[in-house]
Amino acid sequence: MTDLRTERGLAVELADLTRAYGQVRALDGLTLSIEPGELVALLGPSGCGKTTALRILAGLDTATSGTVSVGGKDLTRVPASKRDMGMVFQAYSLFPHMTVIDNVAFGLKMRGRDGAARRGRAGDMLDLVGLAEHADRYAHQLSGGQQQRVALARALAVEPSVLLLDEPLSALDAKVRVQLRDEIRRVQIEVGTTTLFVTHDQEEALAVADRVGVMNAGRLEQLAPPAELYSAPASRFVGEFVGLSNRLPAQVVGDTAAVLGRDVPVLPGSTTGAGLALVRPEAVSVVADGDGPATVATVMFLGPLSRVTCTLPDGTDVVAQLPSTEALRLQPGDSVRLEVAAEPVLVIA
Amino acid sequence: MRHSTGFKVFRAVGLLLFAAYFFVPLLAMFDFSTQVRGSAPGRTWDNWALMMTDEDLRSSIVASLLLALFTVLLMVALLVPTMVWVRLRVPRARGLVEFLCLLPLTIPALVIVVGISNVYSWVTYLLGDSALVLTFAYVVLVLPYSYRAIDAALSAIDAATLSEAARSLGAGWFTVIVRIIMPNITGGILGAAFIAVALVLGEYVFASLLHFDTLPVAMAALYKSNGPAAMAAALASMLLVAVLLVALTFLSRDRHKQGASS
Repeated sequence: MTDLRTERGLAVELADLTRAYGQVRALDGLTLSIEPGELVALLGPSGCGKTTALRILAGLDTATSGTVSVGGKDLTRVPASKRDMGMVFQAYSLFPHMTVIDNVAFGLKMRGRDGAARRGRAGDMLDLVGLAEHADRYAHQLSGGQQQRVALARALAVEPSVLLLDEPLSALDAKVRVQLRDEIRRVQIEVGTTTLFVTHDQEEALAVADRVGVMNAGRLEQLAPPAELYSAPASRFVGEFVGLSNRLPAQVVGDTAAVLGRDVPVLPGSTTGAGLALVRPEAVSVVADGDGPATVATVMFLGPLSRVTCTLPDGTDVVAQLPSTEALRLQPGDSVRLEVAAEPVLVIA
Repeated sequence: MRHSTGFKVFRAVGLLLFAAYFFVPLLAMFDFSTQVRGSAPGRTWDNWALMMTDEDLRSSIVASLLLALFTVLLMVALLVPTMVWVRLRVPRARGLVEFLCLLPLTIPALVIVVGISNVYSWVTYLLGDSALVLTFAYVVLVLPYSYRAIDAALSAIDAATLSEAARSLGAGWFTVIVRIIMPNITGGILGAAFIAVALVLGEYVFASLLHFDTLPVAMAALYKSNGPAAMAAALASMLLVAVLLVALTFLSRDRHKQGASS
């Protein structure tokens, strides 16, 4: 098989992008830099502007203000057909009147590649996504997952400078979604194309991306590697949106906060004085103690891990995530003592 | 699903009655057009041959067929790109375009002819007095029906996503419309074309009042002097439309087999 690595991964710069629809601002000064060959996921709730940002990068929508550049070249006014990007859509987008191989070869045909070269490259791309044996089928003869894999092959066949993925997995069932998610990451690493992946599924974003950008109300709240985003949220929105968080009463003094009787370091951006600490369930441990102040409310078995909800004397519920071997020793009504790991927390007002 | 014998008999009788309702007049027309006139028994094809031998009738047939062809071509060339463009780029204008396209349906043909007769004096002055200039009026006439057929076909596909996918792969708007959208609405276009052909081949008011010799006008004139020949011409035009309908059905079926969602 030919070397599929494009070596064409280019840096992407979205600078101060704004998109207004009447009084509504879908994008409000979005600035985002993507390194060559990097996969960045944009994550956020519905209506936060992530798809608008991707469509503006693709040239399918026009920014009210701001610039789009790829590889240092300003593409803000360049039409979609001239941007040299590959895109996989949320809706199934294979051309129904073409076979799978003709779909994959379509972009190459638009670039004037001859028939043999087109079929060769299209065949290689179908190999890459494991669908070479379906080359002569039509879209309606494929499952949803297969259609999206063909769409991925079609987007990559043109050796795009940027690959754009607009919630490509959201129409698929859970099992296929996980398989295809892993496949997208494998293929992206193999071909080395700079990729922007838009999703509202945080597990998906954290699993595939080099960096995840969390968007809210048209703005980028934080752009960081998944682990950093999870453990060191830069804002209240990120802390609450990504993963589960307990909101525990805290008292901030200097660089530390007293949470459940223990001093833990605070993250930059935390409030001072009294506030609420955002503490991850896995940072809470539950110790069986007949004199403990908290009471076990529920124990939820999730496989290797379990989620234990305890109630503090003031009525606050605290969720802890424990290995199931520990959690299953606890019963609702047991008295316990809660401890917080000495990991940095964000304290909000 | 199994049906009772009574239902099957009822269905068969119903079908026979409908067949008789449609085919008896056609058979009567055929009988009338092939009868030898006078008291002598027998059949003659003279009235059918007249379509080839009578210069006026033949030229009117050619004019009507060419009118049908040009009307279909101009209608498709105008309507398909406009409807795709409106649907994808200016969806707010969809209501206005629909209103304009359906407008000819609400205005009697006679009123339209009176309205455009002055325009046509300029059209014939600029383009000559060939019956083919009726193409422009006929495109307006077929708009309501063609619009509906194409609109239904466009609604059945995700035109926005398909066009965006094609554009992201490097296709310009012309390629998007011709290579991506049109092959997926072939059924609608064929339906629109068929309706246009049927309307043009049967249209009398425009052609007669604007003084052009088309097949219906020639048939009406012929009917006064040679009823059987006019009947033969009428039956032939109906057969042609029926053949087009059958062809459309088979073409649509073939496309479905290929997987096109037309």
